[in-house]
Amino acid sequence: MSAKTGLERINHTFAVARQERRAAFMPYHALGYPSRQVTIDAIAALADAGADLFEIGIPHSDPLADGPTVQTATHQALMQGTTVTACLEMVRELRDRGVTQPFCGMTYFNPLYRYGVERFVNDAAAAGLDGLIVPDLPPEEATELEQACRRAGLATVYMLAPTSTEERIRLVAGHATGFIYMVSVTGITGARSELPPDLAAFVRSVRRHTDLPLAVGFGISTGEQAAAVAAIADGVIVGSALVRAAGVDDDLATLKALAADLARGSHHPAA
Amino acid sequence: MPNSTAGAAHGKQTVNYSAYPDESGHFGPYGGKFVPETLMPALDELEEAYLRSRSDHDFQEELAYLQRTFVGRPTPLTYARRLSQHLGGAQIYLKREDLAHTGAHKINNALGQALLMKRKMGKTRIVAETGAGQHGVATATAAALLGMECVVYMGTVDMARQEPNVFRMRLLGTEVRPVESGSKTLKDAINEAIRDWVTNVRTTHYLLGSVLGPHPYPTMVRDFQSVIGREALSQMTESPDGPGRLPDAIVACVGGGSNAIGIFHPFLDHHEIRLIGVEAGGLGIDSGAHAARFADPKLGRLGILQGTKSFVLQDDDGQIALTHSISAGLDYASVGPEHAWLRDLGRSEYTFCTDDQAMQGFKLLCELEGIIPALESAHAIGHLLELAPQMDRDQIILVNLSGRGDKDLGAVNRVLASEKS
Repeated sequence: MSAKTGLERINHTFAVARQERRAAFMPYHALGYPSRQVTIDAIAALADAGADLFEIGIPHSDPLADGPTVQTATHQALMQGTTVTACLEMVRELRDRGVTQPFCGMTYFNPLYRYGVERFVNDAAAAGLDGLIVPDLPPEEATELEQACRRAGLATVYMLAPTSTEERIRLVAGHATGFIYMVSVTGITGARSELPPDLAAFVRSVRRHTDLPLAVGFGISTGEQAAAVAAIADGVIVGSALVRAAGVDDDLATLKALAADLARGSHHPAA
Repeated sequence: MPNSTAGAAHGKQTVNYSAYPDESGHFGPYGGKFVPETLMPALDELEEAYLRSRSDHDFQEELAYLQRTFVGRPTPLTYARRLSQHLGGAQIYLKREDLAHTGAHKINNALGQALLMKRKMGKTRIVAETGAGQHGVATATAAALLGMECVVYMGTVDMARQEPNVFRMRLLGTEVRPVESGSKTLKDAINEAIRDWVTNVRTTHYLLGSVLGPHPYPTMVRDFQSVIGREALSQMTESPDGPGRLPDAIVACVGGGSNAIGIFHPFLDHHEIRLIGVEAGGLGIDSGAHAARFADPKLGRLGILQGTKSFVLQDDDGQIALTHSISAGLDYASVGPEHAWLRDLGRSEYTFCTDDQAMQGFKLLCELEGIIPALESAHAIGHLLELAPQMDRDQIILVNLSGRGDKDLGAVNRVLASEKS
C-alpha cells in the first residue's frame, strides 16, 4: 500500500470518481457474516465487481440504527465469535489478499469505547482501515475519537438525515472528513422499493454548506436506483440488499450479479 | 434551611446538585446524547419544549390537576407497624406509589410527557417500551386520556411473565408489538421503540419510561418523578400521619432508576439521610445472571447503551450482556446516568437483592402489612431485612413502594409452586 493516510486515500477515490463524472460505488458488508471465510470472499468479490470504497461493519449486540437484515447478519456474526480483534484481523487479511479500495469501519460506539478509543483507532489504521463511521456518536460526543483519527490519518465520517436542520448540517459539515453519509430516509437501514421523492432537494440543501463528497445510503437495492442516486450525489452506499445476497448461495453468484448491477448504475448516472 | 450547612456538618462534599446535568446533558462523565443523527433535531426540540413547560404556569397547573383528579395524588404515606416490629429495628414508612392510578409510579412520567406532547409539541403518536408492563400501561392510559395513538414494544419473555399488563394495554386501545430480538426483554424493546421513533420521528414522540436514554430524558423523567419525593418530604415532616421528622435512610429499587431518583431528588441536600438504591441481584452476582450494574466489577463497566453513557453490563468486547431478574422492570443492562454520578459523589449508595431475597420481602409485606408489592418494589423491601435490624428503634427508613403486585401474581405463583415441588 502507498504511504498515503486513510483520509487521503478516501479523498483520492472521490476525486477520481468526480473526474470521471460518476459516483463511487460503496458496498457494505458485515464482518463475520455469514462466516469469516465467506466474509473475505464476499468483500474480494465486491472489490472485483467495481467497488470504489467499502463500509466494513463491526458487529454489535444492539444495532439500534439497523433494520432486520443487518440485525440478523451481525447477530449471526457475533454468535460465531466475531470479536473486534477478529474484525481487525479480517481487515488485515483482506489487505494481504490485495483488496486496495478504502475501508470505512462502521460500528456502534460501545465496542470501540470498550476497546479504548485511541487504541482502537491506532490498531484500525495499522490493520488497514481508512475511516470510521459511528452512527450513535454525533460530533458533540466525538472529540476524543476525532483527535485520535486526526493523529492516525483516518477520516471521521458523520451522517446527515432528512430531519437535519441548517444548524446541524453546518455542525456536521464542520466536523466530517472524507465524506458525509447522507441518510436517504428517516428510518433504519434496509432495502426499500422506491427512493424518497425529496432526496435531490435534501442533497442540494447539504451541498450549499459543504464541498465534501456526499454519499447516499439507506434503502438502495437496484442498479436503477443506484443510477438515479449517482446523478445527484458523489457516492452510492448499498448495505442490506448486498448482505442478503451474500447469504443466498455458496459461490456468491447472487452477490456478484447484484454488485455488478449496482456498480454499473453508480458508474453511469441517470441522465 | 439546613441545606447550606448539612454538607459541611457531615463532612461530605458540598455539591450543587441542581446544577446537573450541564448544558450538554452530562452528569459529570455520565449521560450525554449518543443517538443517530436523524434523532438529534428531535432531542433539541424536546429539550426546548420541556424547558418551556417547566416555567409555564398553565402547563404546570394542568399537570397538577391531572395528578390530583386522575392519578390520585398525593399518594399516602403508610407506617408499616408490623413489619417494623417484626424486623426489630428502624421504623419503616412506605411511600405508596402502588396506590397511584395504574398501580405504579410510572404514571407520573407518562402523563407528564404525554401532556407535553399535547400542549407543547403537537405530536399525536406515541411509542414506548415496557419491561414489567407498568410503564406500558401508564403510557397507554395517558394516551387514552389525552386522545393519542399509542404503540408499545415489549419483549416476548416479558409478555409471558407480565401477561395481565399486556391485556390491560390492549383494553386501553394501545397496540402491543412483541419483540423477538436479543434477550426478548426490556433492552430489546427499547431498541425496537427507538427504531420506530427514528422512522416516524416527525409525527411520533418516544415516551421513554425511565431516567435513561439521551438528554433530556434522564432530566425530564427525573423531574416528573420528583413529585414522589416532594410529597414524601412534606408528609414525613408536616403531616400528622407522619413521624414529624426526616428519615434516616431512603430505600428504593433501581432498574433504570426513575422511582429511586424521584424519591431521592428532593432529599439530596439533606446530607444526613442515606439514599440507598437496590439493584436486581438475580441468581447472585457470581452467577453472572443478574442486573446489578454497580455490584459486578467484571461485567459492570462504563459504557454507552441506548443513548447514554453509564454503567453497563457488558463483555470484554463491549457487547451488551444478557441480564436476569425475577422482576421484569429491573431486568436491564444499564442504569440512569445520574445514579452513577450521585454514587461517584458519595451521595447515594447501591446494593442488591437476589431473586430469593426479593421473594422473602414480597411475602413479608403481604402477610404483615396487607400489601402485595410489585416484584420490583419487593427488592427494596428485601433489603430492609438486612438494613432495618442494623438500625435503632428510634431511627426511620422511608421506602418507595413503587408499584403493586397484581401483575406479578402469575409469576409469583410459579415460583411458589416450584418451591413446593
